[in-house]
Amino acid sequence: MSMVGEVLSLPGLVALVPLAGGLLVGLVRRHDIAGWINIAVAAAAFALACLLPWEAGAGLLLLVDPLAAHMAILTSFVGLTTAWFSRFYIATEAAAGRLDAPRLRQYHALFLFFLGFMLLALLSNNLGVTWVAMESATIAAVLVVGLPRTDAAIEASWKYFILCGVGIALALFGTIVLYLAAGPALSAGLAAMSWSTLVPAAALSHGPLLNLAFVFLLIGYGTKAGLAPLHAWMPDAHAEGPTPVSAVLSGSILNVALTMLLRLRGLMAGNAAAIAPGPPLMVLGLLSLLLAAFSLWRRRDAKRFFAFSTIEQSGVAAFAFGLGGPAAVFAGLLHLTLHTLAKAAVFQCIGRASQLKGGQRFRDIGGLLAGHRALALTLAAGIVAVAGLPPFGLFTSEFLIVMQTVARQPFLAVPLGIGLVVGGWALSWRLITLCLGEPTPDRGPDAGWAMLAPAWLHLAIVLVLGLAMPAALTAWFTTIAGSVR
Amino acid sequence: MGPRLGFGVFDYDLAHMLGGAVLVLSFGLLYQRRVSAVITLYAMQAVVLAAAAAWQGWVQGAVELYLTAAITLAAKGLAIPFGLRAIVRRLDIHRTIETALGIFATMAFGVGLVALSILVVLPVTLHAYALTREDLATALSVVLLGMLMMITRRNALTQVIGFLSLENGLILAAVGVAGMPLVVELAVAVLVMLVFIVFGVFFFRIRERFDSLEAHHLDRVGRAQR
Repeated sequence: MSMVGEVLSLPGLVALVPLAGGLLVGLVRRHDIAGWINIAVAAAAFALACLLPWEAGAGLLLLVDPLAAHMAILTSFVGLTTAWFSRFYIATEAAAGRLDAPRLRQYHALFLFFLGFMLLALLSNNLGVTWVAMESATIAAVLVVGLPRTDAAIEASWKYFILCGVGIALALFGTIVLYLAAGPALSAGLAAMSWSTLVPAAALSHGPLLNLAFVFLLIGYGTKAGLAPLHAWMPDAHAEGPTPVSAVLSGSILNVALTMLLRLRGLMAGNAAAIAPGPPLMVLGLLSLLLAAFSLWRRRDAKRFFAFSTIEQSGVAAFAFGLGGPAAVFAGLLHLTLHTLAKAAVFQCIGRASQLKGGQRFRDIGGLLAGHRALALTLAAGIVAVAGLPPFGLFTSEFLIVMQTVARQPFLAVPLGIGLVVGGWALSWRLITLCLGEPTPDRGPDAGWAMLAPAWLHLAIVLVLGLAMPAALTAWFTTIAGSVR
Repeated sequence: MGPRLGFGVFDYDLAHMLGGAVLVLSFGLLYQRRVSAVITLYAMQAVVLAAAAAWQGWVQGAVELYLTAAITLAAKGLAIPFGLRAIVRRLDIHRTIETALGIFATMAFGVGLVALSILVVLPVTLHAYALTREDLATALSVVLLGMLMMITRRNALTQVIGFLSLENGLILAAVGVAGMPLVVELAVAVLVMLVFIVFGVFFFRIRERFDSLEAHHLDRVGRAQR
């Protein structure tokens, strides 16, 4: 199949539709319909992504395997619900005078570019294309974080730019070295840059060069995954950017980066001369978990607080991937999926609460339950889910990860357990101050149910997966975990 | 595998010299204090890099590397330095720049980083041929020196130049690996990011907002928000 044909095939269209939609929104003069175009395009991308599991195959540029299909469906789903949320959130921001009409359009266009490039990164088979897509998604995200044009937003996007720019630059160096490492196994050309041929040829690749590539790719994509010690951009970007973007940043860009690390792990594990990829991943994962869990206690800004919680959960998933084996990878993927859904719901609620209370500090938001029952209960359910408490699905995934750790690395279960308990405790404490207690005065407009609907949908999925996971989904996750070694 | 190359073969010697010159200019960037001189050094580095890319294209018989060289020369050798000078004039920052470390300490660190990249790269690339090995070691040194420059400079504009020089190292690595596909495309993608970063300074008008282009002013804003 030619490259052009490939771009116009189903997986190509999944990425192409949001990108074309972004251009369209950028060109449309009427900003009031931009929000609806955004929703329609995101819905089309989601519908196309849902067909991916039946289109499995590897081309020159694009790769659809169970992992890529799953992540693309998840990302486009969160993209769709967040586009819906954005429509109402951004309209409120504009009404409050925080964003003007041209920026409104820029917001919707950049949102679609961000979504499209993330989907391209997930579905690309070629490491070079993956890299370009990640870089482009970063640029789109940086611009959208800086949109409010406040001093803090500019600082956040500058920090994001520099840290992720350096990260992504190191990933490119890693990509070049990886190509060199595959030299002995695959002749020069695109094959030595494709995931679908690199992983099976891992055993014949050059081990020491693989090690070098691994270090650079781990640091590079680890920065995007928010793994400590390169997580510093994350709290700023989450806190200062528009809230819907925090919701997508939190779930999706991290998933893209962790997907790359998971594929890389499979590649490294296939070569006897290369270092074991598990321990470095586990160390970074545990470090992120512990650092974030203890940092949670000192945060005074709600969005910053939940950004640290994202770093914590990213650490848990990286730890599970590092542990390896079908059961741990299964648990890690389940955790990542459920966290994406739950955290997007939490950010949507926090976004709405901060519009309502006119601020995003904890001291501005309090006693939500008194005046805004639906919002408070949704937020509470979201925080309970993120804290890993039953009956939500994250309890199951964390339980599976802890059980795997106890069985295979009993000593590591201690720091893992401490991190999870300290983090969950901090979340529960904040849940109480946000929802109960003396209500703080309302300073913004009350929005309708439409802004809460996506959060309900997300939390319902997380709840159902926690109570009774359908056999078909268990089989699906098992297939993915089996496909990545 | 290509022909064995080593000292005394002209193809190899010239490639080696050009790579080395890029590295030497990285050291120049590290100690230079004046903003305009830093920009000039960066432009010189880009020109030498373009020559290195073109020479690699000749040695490897890879026509597309000439394109990479042309892009590098036009964009990094001319357009970006020109843009940077315009920013310096517009924002009026003709003074010397504070650094976090003294010259001696910075240079010592720099030499240490070069030694580190040689020790890391040469042993693991024994199977690759000499041109690629040396090129990769030099490129990694340039990348690390770029990072060092970003760490030791407190000024946003010089941090950006550190980043630009880091990217020069990446292109040097990419052109040195024989037969690597997509080098031109990657070079273009890198360039797009660089242009965004350079104009990020301009676009965000950091100087106007904070009365200075120093990054720690930005940090202070961040702390107040926390």
